[in-house]
Amino acid sequence: MSNEAAVVEKVQEVVKAPAEPLLSKRRKKIVSDPLSEDNPITVQVLGICSALAVTVKMEPTLVMSVAVVFVIVFSNLIISLLRNTIPNRVRIIVQLAVIATLVTLVSEVLKAYYYDMFKVLSVFVGLIITNCIVMGRLEAYAMGNKPYDSILDGLGSGFGYAWIILTVAFFRELLGSGSIFDFKIFEAVGWYSFPNNGLMVDPVGAFMVLGILIWVQRTKTGYVEH
Amino acid sequence: MQQSNTYIIIFSAIMTIVIGGLMSLTSVVLKPMQDKQVELDTKKKILGAVMDISAIKDPDEILAVYNKRVRSVVVDIDGNDIEIDGKGNPVVAEKVNIQKNYKVDPETRSYPVFMFMAENGEDVDSYIFPMFGAGLWDWISGYIALDKDLNTVRGIAFDHRQETPGLGARITEDEVQGRYVGKKLFSETGSFESINMVKGEGNTGLSQHEVDGLSGATMTAKGVNKMLEHYISCYDAFIAKRKPDNKITLNY
Repeated sequence: MSNEAAVVEKVQEVVKAPAEPLLSKRRKKIVSDPLSEDNPITVQVLGICSALAVTVKMEPTLVMSVAVVFVIVFSNLIISLLRNTIPNRVRIIVQLAVIATLVTLVSEVLKAYYYDMFKVLSVFVGLIITNCIVMGRLEAYAMGNKPYDSILDGLGSGFGYAWIILTVAFFRELLGSGSIFDFKIFEAVGWYSFPNNGLMVDPVGAFMVLGILIWVQRTKTGYVEH
Repeated sequence: MQQSNTYIIIFSAIMTIVIGGLMSLTSVVLKPMQDKQVELDTKKKILGAVMDISAIKDPDEILAVYNKRVRSVVVDIDGNDIEIDGKGNPVVAEKVNIQKNYKVDPETRSYPVFMFMAENGEDVDSYIFPMFGAGLWDWISGYIALDKDLNTVRGIAFDHRQETPGLGARITEDEVQGRYVGKKLFSETGSFESINMVKGEGNTGLSQHEVDGLSGATMTAKGVNKMLEHYISCYDAFIAKRKPDNKITLNY
């Protein structure tokens, strides 16, 4: 695999004689693809576990999104920088070690400065380690691409994950608790009798919202699974 | 390209050292801040059991209120005060590790009692007892605040490590904790009844010793019930000593 990657790289280097613009068409595509057409959650169906678990309210979801974007971008960068020195036979372990380090870092910082949120997210921050999106990007992209492109790829996948779970959380909190970021939205507009839907607070609600989201997206993009 | 075993071993060794060093550095640097957060969290929970502190945002203010209003003692299973521990060091109620205590024999544990003082600073307004037990996945803990009569629940505050978010983790929600307020621990004949969280949600016609349960979290509710019963019974001697009237009043 690394042989192939090396060859591909050489070819690329020969072809692009003038430096590629920082935001060339190809690079824009790296970021925009995972946002919609190749979304990690709705198309690749990865990272569902945390998408279901943390999306009851907007605030923890936002913290989780930031954490995932941070981990995915920096692990992509680190692995990409090391990609030519990482021994092929232990590469999965190296990837895991890098992810685990970054996740522990996030977890420790949350514990020190955002203790309430640390308690709410508890295990799910730790579970970023096993989030298939992160490892998937490292193995599929960062191992064979340059650092800057890897960062873009990380941003794309990270935000692709983030906007989906934030959308799910938006509907779950709105319908399940009648609030957005704990701000009672229905009471604010004078609708005091708004019935909170208990189903939305349960993981079942996340499945439903996510299902509808995938449906809408696939209708728009015309994506069909083969 | 296939690297040699030596290369792999050296690479792994360097990686381990770098990552290990980074991790311990983070841990050491952030430890004081984390300890402060934990201390603040403990005091917030103790206060949260008796009063609404959600309006107070400033951590220092919470600590100030705590220092002003809360007195604490540590008692043993027989309700006698403990001043020094086995090694001769003074015992501080806030520093007693409930989790460690949970693992030792109930007879030899130290039991902290927090007393929320009235505005005048002399009379006890409310007694707060810590609790510790097992939930579905990991430990659960809590503080229960009782009125002066040491029977009626003033408030309760739960905490947990890994109960399922949206299910068992709901024990930390105000709405769920509010269900305990006004319930009684002892029957009218003075016998210990504890307070049970019943199975299912939306139950009506609950007695003085029952609260509505959590849908989908029966195991957590069971853990909460067991914790409450077990820990309060350990404070039995203390409660008996402090109760305003030790006589049992029978209502016929």
